[in-house]
Amino acid sequence: MVKTGAEILWECLIREGVEIVFGYPGGAIMPVYDAMLNYPVHHVLVRHEQGATYMADGYARATGKVGVCMATSGPGATNLVTGIAAAMMDSVPMVCITGQVAAHLIGGDAFQETDVTGITQPITKHNYLITRADEIAQVVREAFYIARSGRPGPVVIDMCKNAQVEKAEFVYPETIHLPGYRPPQHASLKDLQNAAALIKTAQRPVILAGHGVLKSGAMPELRDFALKTQTPVAMTLLGLGALPASHPLSLGMMGMHGEAYCNNAIQQADLLLAFGMRFDDRVTGNLRTYAPRARKIHVEIDPSEIHKNVHVDVPLVGDLKTVLTDLAPLIEPADHEEWLDQIAEWKADTEARDILAWANDGRLYVSHVVRDLWQTMGQELILATDVGQHQMWTAQYYKLEQPYRWLTSGGAGAMGYGFPAAMGAWFGHKDKEAWAIVGDGGFQMTQAELATAVQEGANVKIAIMNNNFLGMVRQWQEFFFEKRYSAVNMTSPDFVKLADAYGIPARRVTQPEEVAEAIAFARSTPGPVLLEFVVEKEEAVYPMVPAGADLDAMIRRPIRQPAAAAN
Amino acid sequence: MRQTLIATVENKPGVLNRVASLFRRRNFNIDSLNVGRTENETISRMTIVMDPAGTTAQQVEANLYKLVNVLDVQDVTDQPAVLRELALIKVTASPEQRGEILSLANIFRAQIIDVAPDCVIVQVAAGEDKVDSLVELLRPHGIIELVRTGHVAMMRGRTPGIRHTPGAGQNGAYSNGYH
Repeated sequence: MVKTGAEILWECLIREGVEIVFGYPGGAIMPVYDAMLNYPVHHVLVRHEQGATYMADGYARATGKVGVCMATSGPGATNLVTGIAAAMMDSVPMVCITGQVAAHLIGGDAFQETDVTGITQPITKHNYLITRADEIAQVVREAFYIARSGRPGPVVIDMCKNAQVEKAEFVYPETIHLPGYRPPQHASLKDLQNAAALIKTAQRPVILAGHGVLKSGAMPELRDFALKTQTPVAMTLLGLGALPASHPLSLGMMGMHGEAYCNNAIQQADLLLAFGMRFDDRVTGNLRTYAPRARKIHVEIDPSEIHKNVHVDVPLVGDLKTVLTDLAPLIEPADHEEWLDQIAEWKADTEARDILAWANDGRLYVSHVVRDLWQTMGQELILATDVGQHQMWTAQYYKLEQPYRWLTSGGAGAMGYGFPAAMGAWFGHKDKEAWAIVGDGGFQMTQAELATAVQEGANVKIAIMNNNFLGMVRQWQEFFFEKRYSAVNMTSPDFVKLADAYGIPARRVTQPEEVAEAIAFARSTPGPVLLEFVVEKEEAVYPMVPAGADLDAMIRRPIRQPAAAAN
Repeated sequence: MRQTLIATVENKPGVLNRVASLFRRRNFNIDSLNVGRTENETISRMTIVMDPAGTTAQQVEANLYKLVNVLDVQDVTDQPAVLRELALIKVTASPEQRGEILSLANIFRAQIIDVAPDCVIVQVAAGEDKVDSLVELLRPHGIIELVRTGHVAMMRGRTPGIRHTPGAGQNGAYSNGYH
């Protein structure tokens, strides 16, 4: 059947299962927006294209589907860049469709022309420039396949305006021919046997569970492996939820702001089993002194991650779920009682210290808010954060029992992510409340999306942790720059009045005892609600491994309670 | 020790840019990069000579495979491979000098492919060190222009080069006749 390029695009998107698109129209994408009216797709009109990428990202992380965003050429497309880079760093499946000037104008600096494929090449898994209508069906099919398979990532389709208008015979391609793209699935038997031999002789093993566990859906295989071999599980920031926080073998989060017992266990281990993680500098600290006594097994779908930061003894290149399934029959049960006892001892020390370090001076801290939210909501929410101190406190104090409920910008650390990501996730799970815990700095980067939340009636609860500082930068200046505060003092609007201007119910909270009631208010009020928590200004996130320091050389939580409390 | 990789890639617009961009982005240092057509019009072939400081052939190869258009990568460093480059050297040559330049060229199995009243173009196809030697011997005559293609490489016989990435080249998705 002969259709216009724009119609072919929508025919293909519908066949890929796309139900929702986050975007912003403009000159070079208008034929696509016109054709959209004839297709059963919900379009969310954002207030800035960056918001569209974060919403598509949140939607993708919470649902496992490919997030789709759309923008016009030039500034529309360049506004997507930060969100695309963030999706690339965190392996989030996304397809971004951008308008482009007509093919015959390319290279001529036409109005709103920008080299979008050139700009996005290093921050996408792959990208396409479409100049003819008859290319569209094949490209869209490939783009979705590439975005969601293997190690997922963002794919950009830059579509010339003439290709949207011109007509072509529409045939949905039944097959994909990508001879150079073949994501690995199974590790070799020889490598599996080598891994099994290391696992058998290990006395002090630790599993490092990363985002790959969630990407691969390998939570049951991870749990079975850990139980059978009695191996404790440390998680990366993005791996949280891979194993329930309450599981006896859970060590919680590793790395820069991980708990001391978790990082100690990694440093003392004689075998590290890295499952779908990439030894980021935020989890290893000083590479020269990282886990010095440990042999290392690395299960990873992306071969370029093997030996990139840490040299490993046995690489298992393949899909994590498949590899763990293949490995299971080669593994014998073990009990590492001595090792687990040692870790329990470290954990008890941390827990005792936590009680002594808990702020109880009548003032309001972020940890209070996160604890109260956790006690109220449990696992009945989608939780997104922005980037900075509140992100780390949420990772530490919100005990996640389930995967795919936790959205945070890890690799890129993109401020402004939290609020739009929560909204994107809500579109995928309208039965749940989406909470965005954000700082006063990050929220103001994408607060324009408040209008989008109102227009869509999104059930998103925004909890702003307002310390009138760019808190994490302030903390680094306190620790590492002799407290010379440079450009971290931040004047913010009256957030309650701001919300009021959008017609969003809002409350300001200044006392610890008001937190629970404010949460109840947000829960009982349908649609978007904004809560501003005026928190302690100069609080620091502990424990902390300074950048580049040894992983066990951490700054522990300072003890605040009087000594009597220790007895 | 410099490393030599052979990559076959889809012959599509922008693929060279993707490869060059990858090397820049990952901070890999290229000595030379040669691209050309092959026996199959849908496939181009690159010979990449690189300074491996700070990285390994395994890392370069694995990163190349992240590009959707890269079909196959072989490491031919220290392997029984033929490495050749072509150089065109324009040298000052008065009629009296031509004899000496011609005899130098003969030693290197090079050819004089253009003769002007006061200069000649010498064409040589050889391994890099031989080209270096010839250039040094011609330098006293006065080199006016010099262009080198960088190495092209091919394994001898039917043995392929080393493939570091597990699974690469084994699943029949691409066949170049070696396997």
